[in-house]
Amino acid sequence: MVEETPWQQALRYANRANPYPFYEELRKTPVARQPDGTYVVSTYREIVALLHDPRVSSDPKKCPAPGAARTQGSGEPAAEPIRQVLTEPNIIISDPPEHDRDRRAMMPHFVGPPPAPRWISDLEPEIRRIVGGLLDAMQGKSRIDAVDAFAYPLPVTVICKVLGVPLEDEPRFHRWIETALDALDFGPEAASEEIQSRQAEGRQAVQEFGRFAAELLDGYARQPGPGMLSALMNADGQDARMSKGVLASNALLLIFAGHETTVNLIAHSVLTLLRHPDALEQLRRRPELIVPGVEELLRFESSVQFWHTRSALEDIDIAGTTIPKGAPIFLVYGSANRDPERFTHPDTLDLERRDNQHLGFSQGIHFCFGAPLARLEVQVAVGEFVRRVRGPRLVEDPPPYRHNQIFRGPRHVLVDIDGISA
Amino acid sequence: MTLPATVAELVREFRASGRIVIVGASLAGLRAAEALREAGFTGSLTVIGDEPYEPYDRPPLSKQVLKGWVAADHTKLPRMREVDAEWRLGVAATGLDRAAKQVCLADGERVPYDRLLIATGTRARQWPNAAEAALHGVHTIRSREDAAALQKELAASPSRVLVIGAGFIGSEVASVCRELGLPVTVVERGAAPLVGALGGVIGEIAAQLQRDHGVDLRCGLGVSSLEGDSGGHVRQARLSDGSTVDADVVVASLGSIRNVEWLEGSGLASGFWGLGCDAGGRAFDINGVVTDSVYVAGDVARAPHVLYEYQFLAMEHWDNAVLGAEVAAHNMVNLEPRYRPHLLLPGFWSGQFGVNIKSVGVPPFGDEIVFTQGSVAERRFAAAYGRRGRIVAAVAFDHGKWLEYYGQLIERSGPFPPPPPGWDQPSDSKPMPAEFPARGAPGAAPDVVLTGHDPSERTAEFRPRRR
Amino acid sequence: MRIVVDLNRCQGYGQCVYLAHEVFRLSGQEALTYEPNPDEEQRLHVERAAAACPVQAIVLDRLDGTEGSTTP
Repeated sequence: MVEETPWQQALRYANRANPYPFYEELRKTPVARQPDGTYVVSTYREIVALLHDPRVSSDPKKCPAPGAARTQGSGEPAAEPIRQVLTEPNIIISDPPEHDRDRRAMMPHFVGPPPAPRWISDLEPEIRRIVGGLLDAMQGKSRIDAVDAFAYPLPVTVICKVLGVPLEDEPRFHRWIETALDALDFGPEAASEEIQSRQAEGRQAVQEFGRFAAELLDGYARQPGPGMLSALMNADGQDARMSKGVLASNALLLIFAGHETTVNLIAHSVLTLLRHPDALEQLRRRPELIVPGVEELLRFESSVQFWHTRSALEDIDIAGTTIPKGAPIFLVYGSANRDPERFTHPDTLDLERRDNQHLGFSQGIHFCFGAPLARLEVQVAVGEFVRRVRGPRLVEDPPPYRHNQIFRGPRHVLVDIDGISA
Repeated sequence: MTLPATVAELVREFRASGRIVIVGASLAGLRAAEALREAGFTGSLTVIGDEPYEPYDRPPLSKQVLKGWVAADHTKLPRMREVDAEWRLGVAATGLDRAAKQVCLADGERVPYDRLLIATGTRARQWPNAAEAALHGVHTIRSREDAAALQKELAASPSRVLVIGAGFIGSEVASVCRELGLPVTVVERGAAPLVGALGGVIGEIAAQLQRDHGVDLRCGLGVSSLEGDSGGHVRQARLSDGSTVDADVVVASLGSIRNVEWLEGSGLASGFWGLGCDAGGRAFDINGVVTDSVYVAGDVARAPHVLYEYQFLAMEHWDNAVLGAEVAAHNMVNLEPRYRPHLLLPGFWSGQFGVNIKSVGVPPFGDEIVFTQGSVAERRFAAAYGRRGRIVAAVAFDHGKWLEYYGQLIERSGPFPPPPPGWDQPSDSKPMPAEFPARGAPGAAPDVVLTGHDPSERTAEFRPRRR
Repeated sequence: MRIVVDLNRCQGYGQCVYLAHEVFRLSGQEALTYEPNPDEEQRLHVERAAAACPVQAIVLDRLDGTEGSTTP
C-alpha cells in the first residue's frame, strides 16, 4: 500500500479528534502537492498571501472538479453533493465582481442600515434570553450533552429568527444538512463503500434543501414577512437585485453556515475549557476575558478547518513551489492557526493571547459573513456556561466526532454537572 | 577592561542614567518616548512640544472632527505604556546648540541632552499674503485648534466654502462640506486633484468623483487674491483667470512645511526637505556625515530607501511616524551591531466622498500606471505603478483588501505590469503614463555650497536665499 | 477611553462597526471613521470590536483608568 501523505492521514476519521500532529507534519511542506493534484497549503503566511491573491479563484466552475487532476490514487474523486446540486453561485463560491456585488447587497439586510448598523448588537438581549433558558432547562440534571442541549439550539434559533426561517422547519433542514455533511469526504475514506453509499442520499438531501429554500423565497415574494430572506427577496436596491436562483443558493448557505459553524465553536469551546481547568477558572474569576477568550478558542479549534473550492487561475510561485494554473488549492486554516512561525506556543491555550490575528473566520473578501453574530453568540453562550454551570466534568475524552472534515466538531460532549447557578 | 567590555559598560550606563530629550510631542514623539522606556531606558527623559496639549491624532481632524461628529479635543492618542518623562508642553524649541548639547526653548531655558530625538513634524503652509490670511474665515488645518475653528464655521452654514488646493486634505475638506450639504468650490493649480500624490490618471478619476458629489472643481487655476468686507471677513476670491468666487469660508490647503527653522545654525542637514538621516534615524550633519547623538523620526525625517534606489524619501505618513519613532528609539539606546533599520513600505489612506483611497509604495516614483482589478466606472479598483519594468506602488479605490498583495509584489521587486488577476479584469488593462507633474524647484530652496580648499578644511554651508 | 485605528492595516471588514456602531462608522463601503475618545460606557463594545478586528488594527489605551499618571 502506498504510504499516505500527512494530509490524507489528517483527513482520516480516526484522527478527527486530533488532526494537529498531522498538521505539524504537513507544515514541513507549506504548499504540498497531493497525489490527486490538489495543493494543500498549511502555513499561516502562505495562506494569508493566497487569500489576498487575485490569481486565486473561489469559483469551482473555474476549476476542474477536485480530483480531476488525479494522476494516481484510488477510486472516484470525492464528490461533493452541494457543488453538484447547486447550479447557481453563492458568495462563498464566487469571485468579484459578482461576489462583491452580492455580498454588498446582502450585508445591510443582515447587520442593519448604515451609517450605524446595529441589528447584531440589538440581538444581544434575545441571545441572553435563549442562553438563559437553555441553562435553566439543565436544572436538576446530573449529566448533559453540551451539543444537543446547548451548542445546537442557540445558533439555530437565532439564525432562523434573523433569516426568517420558521423554527418548526428545523428538524427537516437539520436532517438534510446532517445527511449532506456525512456524505462529504476528501480523504482516503471517500472511496469506501459507506461514503459512496451516502453520496446519493447527500445529493438528494441538498436537492430537498434547495427546494425548501426556493419555496420559502417564493412565499416571501407573495407575502413579505420578517427577516433577511424576505427583505432580500423584496429588495428594490441600487445594488442590482439578485436573481432568485442566486438568492436561493445564498439562502441555503446562510441557513447552513449560519448555525453549523457556531454549533461547533460552542461545543469546542466547552470541550476545550473543560480540558483546561486553569483557563476555566481564570474565566470564572475574570468574566471579561470571554472577549479575547473567544478569539483564542477560534484559533485553537477552528470551526472551518479548511476550504476546498479555490484554484489557481495562473501559475503561482509560492514558498518554493509553483501551483500550476488550474490546480485546486486547499487552505488549511486549522493548521495555520497552530503555526509556530506565527503564534508563540501555538498548542497552548492562552485566553489573553496578544496579537491573535487568527484565521478562524478566514481573511480577505471571503471573510466570514456571519462573524459578528457568531462572536456575540459564542461570547454570551460560553460566558454564561462558565458562570452558571457548577462543577462541570468531561465524561469522555475525546468525545465522538462528526464525520465532516471541513466543519469539524464533536457529535456529543457529555458533561457531568453539580448544578446550575442563578 | 577590554574595549568591548568598556563599550558595553558605557551603553549600560547611558541606559541607566543618560539624558534623552525628544523635541516634538505628537505621534512620533509619544511613541518614541514609550519605546525608550520599553527598551529599558531609565535615565532622564524630557519631551518638548510647542502645542499645549498632550499628544493627539491628526487624521481625524480633517474628517470626523470637521464633520462635527467628533469633538476636536477627543483625539487624544492612546498610550502604550507608562512613560516617566518631563513633559514640557506649550513651549517651542527655538534652537539647538550641538556643541553644548543643549536645546534652547522659547522661554529662554536650555535643556541639556546626551541624545536628542527630533520629531518636530510639519505645519500647514499659510496663505502667502499675510493681510489676506488674517481675514476672518480664512483657515488652514493642521492642529486641533485649526479644526475646531473651521468646524464651527462649517456648522454655521456658510453660503459657500472655497478650498484652495486639491491634495488629500483639501479633497477631504471638500468631501466633508458636501456631506454637510454646503456648496463648495475647489481651486487647484494642477490638472486634477491628487495629481502630486497619485498622478494625472488617478487625478482625473478623483476629479470626476468630486464633480459627481456636487463640488465646483476648477483645475489649472490659482487664486490671485482674497477680498474681505469692511468687517474684515473674507467674502470673495479672485482667480488667476480673472473670475471671482463668492465664499465666506476659505480653506487654504497648500501642503506642509517642515519644522526645521529652529535647527538653523545647528550644522545639521536640515532644510525645506526636512532633516536628512540614515535608515536608522541617525541625523546627518551638514556635510552628510552621520551624527552619533542626534536622531530624527516622523514627518520631518528624510532617509534613503532601499526599495527606491536609495533615494532620500520623506514619508509624511502615519505609520512612518510610529515605526520611525520605534526604530530611532531603539537605536538611541543600542550600538552596532544591534541597530535596526527603518524599512517601511510607505502607505497612506484617505476617506473622501464615500470612497476609501489607499496606497502602498511610492506612486510618484513610478512613471507608468496600469489598472489591475475592478472597475474605474464604479470607482472600485486597484492599479499598479511601475518604473523600468518593476512595480513600485499601488493604489486602491475601495479595494483595500487586495493591497497587501501589491505590497508584497513591491517588496519583492515584482514585475510591471504585474500578472493579471483571474477575474474582474478592468476594461482597459494596458499600461499608460501615470502623468505626474514635473517637479519644479521650490522657490525658497537655499544653495548648498562647498567651502575650503584644503581637503581637511572642506565643509558644506547653507546660503539661505532671500525671499 | 482612547483608541486609534491603524488605517493602513484596516481593510474595511466592518466588524467593529457591527459590534460598536456608536464608535465606528463606515463611510461608503470601506472608509472607516471613528470616535477616538469614546465614553467609558462604550468600553465593552469597543473591546469586542478590537478583539474582532481581522487585522488587529484597533489600538486601545493600556493606561485607561490611571489618568494623569504620565502625560499631563
